[in-house]
Amino acid sequence: MLAYVLRRIGAGLVLALLVTLVTFLMLSLSFGDVVRTLLGQSATPESVAAMTKQMGYDRPVLVQYGDWLLHLLRGDLGTSVYTSLPVGPSVVQRLAVTLSIIVPALLITVLLSISLGVWAATRGGVADRIAQGLSLVGYIVPGLLIAIVLVYLLAVRAKLLPATGYTPLSTDPAAWLHSITIPVIVLVIGGVANMAAQVRGRMIDELRRDYVRTLRTRGVSTTSIVVRHALRNAAGPALTVLSLEFIQMFGSALIIENVFALPGYGSYAFNASLQGDIPVIMGITVFGVLLVTVVNLGTDLANGWLNPKARLH
Amino acid sequence: MSLLDVTDLRVAFPRRGFRAKPVEVLHGVSLQVGAGETLGLVGESGSGKTTIGRTVLGLAKATAGSIRFAGREIGELSAKERRALAKDIQVVFQDPYSSLNPAMTVGDILTEPLVVQGATVRDARARVRALLDQVGLPADAADRRPAEFSGGQRQRIAIARAIAPEPKLIVCDEPVSALDLSTQALVLDLFIDIQRRTGTAYLFISHDLAVVRHISHRVAVLYRGDLIETGPAATVTSAPDHPYTRKLLVAAPVADPVEQRRRREERRRLALEGHP
Amino acid sequence: MSTRTRTWRRLLRDPQAVVTAGILLVIVALGLLAPFLAQHGPNDSDLGMVNAPAGTPGYLLGADESGRDIFSRLLHSINTSAVSALIGTGVALAVGVTAGLVGGYFGARTRGATEWLFNLVMTFPGLLLLIILMPVTGGDYRFTMLIFGVLLSPGIYRIVRNLVLGVKNELYVDAARVSGLGNTRILGRHVLSVVRGPIIIATAFLMGAAIATQSGLAFLGVGSKEIPSFGDMISSGFRNLYLAPAQFLWPSLLLGLITASLVLLGNALRDTLEGSRPKPAKVGQGQRTDVRTGPAPVAGTAALLEIRDLTIAYPGPGGESREVVRGAALRIDRGQTLGLVGESGSGKTQTAFAVLGVLPAEAVITRGSIVFEGRELVGLTDGEMRPLRGKQIAYVPQEPMSNLDPSYKVGAQLVEGVRSALGVSKQEARTRVLALLGRCGIADPPRTFDSYPHQLSGGMAQRVLIAGAVASRPKLLIADEPTTALDVTVQAEILDLLRDLQAELGMAVLLVTHNFGVVADICDHIAVMSRGEIVETGDVQKVLNDPRHEYTRTLLDAILDDTTVRTDPPPGAITEGADR
Repeated sequence: MLAYVLRRIGAGLVLALLVTLVTFLMLSLSFGDVVRTLLGQSATPESVAAMTKQMGYDRPVLVQYGDWLLHLLRGDLGTSVYTSLPVGPSVVQRLAVTLSIIVPALLITVLLSISLGVWAATRGGVADRIAQGLSLVGYIVPGLLIAIVLVYLLAVRAKLLPATGYTPLSTDPAAWLHSITIPVIVLVIGGVANMAAQVRGRMIDELRRDYVRTLRTRGVSTTSIVVRHALRNAAGPALTVLSLEFIQMFGSALIIENVFALPGYGSYAFNASLQGDIPVIMGITVFGVLLVTVVNLGTDLANGWLNPKARLH
Repeated sequence: MSLLDVTDLRVAFPRRGFRAKPVEVLHGVSLQVGAGETLGLVGESGSGKTTIGRTVLGLAKATAGSIRFAGREIGELSAKERRALAKDIQVVFQDPYSSLNPAMTVGDILTEPLVVQGATVRDARARVRALLDQVGLPADAADRRPAEFSGGQRQRIAIARAIAPEPKLIVCDEPVSALDLSTQALVLDLFIDIQRRTGTAYLFISHDLAVVRHISHRVAVLYRGDLIETGPAATVTSAPDHPYTRKLLVAAPVADPVEQRRRREERRRLALEGHP
Repeated sequence: MSTRTRTWRRLLRDPQAVVTAGILLVIVALGLLAPFLAQHGPNDSDLGMVNAPAGTPGYLLGADESGRDIFSRLLHSINTSAVSALIGTGVALAVGVTAGLVGGYFGARTRGATEWLFNLVMTFPGLLLLIILMPVTGGDYRFTMLIFGVLLSPGIYRIVRNLVLGVKNELYVDAARVSGLGNTRILGRHVLSVVRGPIIIATAFLMGAAIATQSGLAFLGVGSKEIPSFGDMISSGFRNLYLAPAQFLWPSLLLGLITASLVLLGNALRDTLEGSRPKPAKVGQGQRTDVRTGPAPVAGTAALLEIRDLTIAYPGPGGESREVVRGAALRIDRGQTLGLVGESGSGKTQTAFAVLGVLPAEAVITRGSIVFEGRELVGLTDGEMRPLRGKQIAYVPQEPMSNLDPSYKVGAQLVEGVRSALGVSKQEARTRVLALLGRCGIADPPRTFDSYPHQLSGGMAQRVLIAGAVASRPKLLIADEPTTALDVTVQAEILDLLRDLQAELGMAVLLVTHNFGVVADICDHIAVMSRGEIVETGDVQKVLNDPRHEYTRTLLDAILDDTTVRTDPPPGAITEGADR
């Protein structure tokens, strides 16, 4: 088991190395633009050359990457070209904001999806049609539109919740709850639309399997068959969807943070990219890969726990 | 000289997992099939009987040993040479549902190999009509899809596909096991009838001694990757030498309660004697 | 060719497909005709027209914050979306299908490489990557969509790879190879034909995703302001939400309409091309019955189980009902073993399921009665059936592996059954199960108890299932082809076990089989079933020796008996036999 975890972590490190290298190589194409943006339109070729040298962009790209990597190993992600703030702490701070939206959204998505999916799969008929209708609506309306409509209705019209802004949990829990409510609702609607349909489909498949019939012939109760057996077997595939959903939410969070003016990971990445702030972009990439690796490892371990056949490998 | 001559065939499959040792499923099997002859290959699941068939067909690779067809080594052929061999060696599989592409019409299924082997589409079509007639299917079957046919009829289509290039050898892998009792006998008769007419040889693989007895000239018994007994069908299937074959024989129930009781007792007696 | 036209015709008859496809066609046409329909260019701004209301002459839907014609921008945005969809989907399909075919068809090593690569692409948050690469793409939406297409490709890759892997193991691909077809021909002809449908379906969803993403990026302000797009319009409308809410409405409506149409079209395509998927049924509802003529009064019968006039119907594709069992009648006395024999599709398994009360949800009992120990079973709810199941009537299935829950250890599954049926303590159930496993011929009961199903052989798994069935000493054991999936030698052992258990526990057995040998071995009575009807019943010895019904006679004649040995010499023996 330990060997497996170590191997997976090793694979994650290789992945991180690869992704950061590729990102760095691609970004190096635009180093010239970065310098020009920094100095403004009126910069002379001489000052551009001087700046390029000062920032070390004149060295071979691989040397620059190696340099960056060495600093990374010492826990130093550098400083922002524009604000001169250290990248590491900034990214962590921004990530905390994004996670404080995504984690609640994910938990609610799981609970709602399982309830809705199991309800649809075990009741059939009207219940199923309602559940499918709900999923469909969540699926066909772009999240962007849902976000704006909710802001308009709940914040602008009803004035129930703040339209924009973020209050950290440590400052004021009630205000924090208010500030994340609409963003979380938007993420949940999109997430449930996808997950509930998956849970429903898996449950229908499981409930039609032979072993379910055999359990019934032994007098096992319906609740046990649905929860202990069918849901347990449906959980593995649903978990994989969930991990993808989690990563997907990071993408969605980008737009949501923009709509709600939240100082999160996505908006940080967006601004850095817009400005060409190379150290920040690289820092964001590192944390992105780290997150992906952790989520995937968690999914695989949970899958191994759920599925005895997978445990062998 | 035999048509098919398998000598000391060994096949091992790699196992899942890192550095896992491969499992050997055939431990040096030798058998011969003469021209126009049926060799019945009997064994239980895991005996390696299907692997022998797949190796002869080039669908599995031998790890050691030789497979000679008409005097020529065919174990190590290039993809191109192997394709050319399609004219001589054909196959009928067990599952009549999975062995025909559900998206193609029966006509397309049957013309395709003919066209690949160089026939014009027109000739191939004409030949298909004759083939359908030979296996007892109506000519309009060509325009329909496999899903519209019963298991027995599908197996007839598969047989038509196999005999299309007039091969010298057909590997039959449990071709009647998935069929109902009444259909089974009819399809077996079709096999025999075709052999008498065309002189093709069969390597006939089955788990069922009764089926093998019905169609084979000679029978070989396979047990866990080893050939344990070979001989004329009548001898091997009614008075076998090897205790395992005897066990196999008495294990198959017969549709007569009195005779079945006698077999049961014989089986118990054999078990007490402590053979495998 | 004929099925393809048939599919088209079915699609044309599906209102959802026709309406959504129609809407999309109209929208695309509007986009193409934009230069002719709109009086202003999408970027012509007239400062006198800033936030002009809808209906202003020349400005059908008004003008935006920069005084640009909203109607014109809307139509031109369609083209941006269409190009985004084409690029994104095109790249995703090209990359995904190629890699899927290669990864699925060729060996495990090739697949390992493609798998790794696509997992890598898949696990990365796509939108974030597009943002990170903004300095590289310069925000050009076409370039961005190109990358987005790559990011979408893992979905397609997985679909294609799974289908190909499935097809590759189909015997018809082996048969094609034996027929002398090369790899390219097999891929093109046998594999691609299977993959086509799902790809068409996925394309609709991919286009929706590409359009939504492009809009999202434009909303954020990625890319040139000169390119009219829904996202940019929504963003501008959003800024103006308090001043002129309608500006937000138009692009949102059109974008919503396009993505909704694409998703609904995708769903319609899926239903037509893949057939409708199984609908859920209410769990724990019990078998559906529609018996209008009430069950005939039960005469004081000594029979343990008496089935009369049982008729089971399934709904056919056109709504008509199809009877799979027609007026079946059976009787089993206590301790008796009855063999129910028939060919596939004869309705023998359906009859057995009806007694257990586990017919599939679609099935309806339309006539007849099933009386067990004087109690009518037809019409009982699942809750009323449950106390009988396991305890009074038990079941041994045909396929041992699929009838065990793969996620639980064998012992836990059996213990749960015993506890449900008998209500004993966990410890007592465990002791009982261990003893039974030993009794059913399992060499090391504690070890098997702690094994998962996939660690057992077929014969062992069947012994486990038999142990589970007889654990509560049922009065009737229903065994549905209990030995068909097993080797002959194992079959003989399992039949011995069943015979011994039957004598020991004094239970009656209903043995469903297609094999007369099995019947002769273990049954004292026989019922022969054909096309949903029971055509002959009686004592095994009598029926096998002297069948009355013609169907029984045909079946018995078809048995390949011991005496038929092939006698004709091989045709080739005359010419080549001498050498051998």
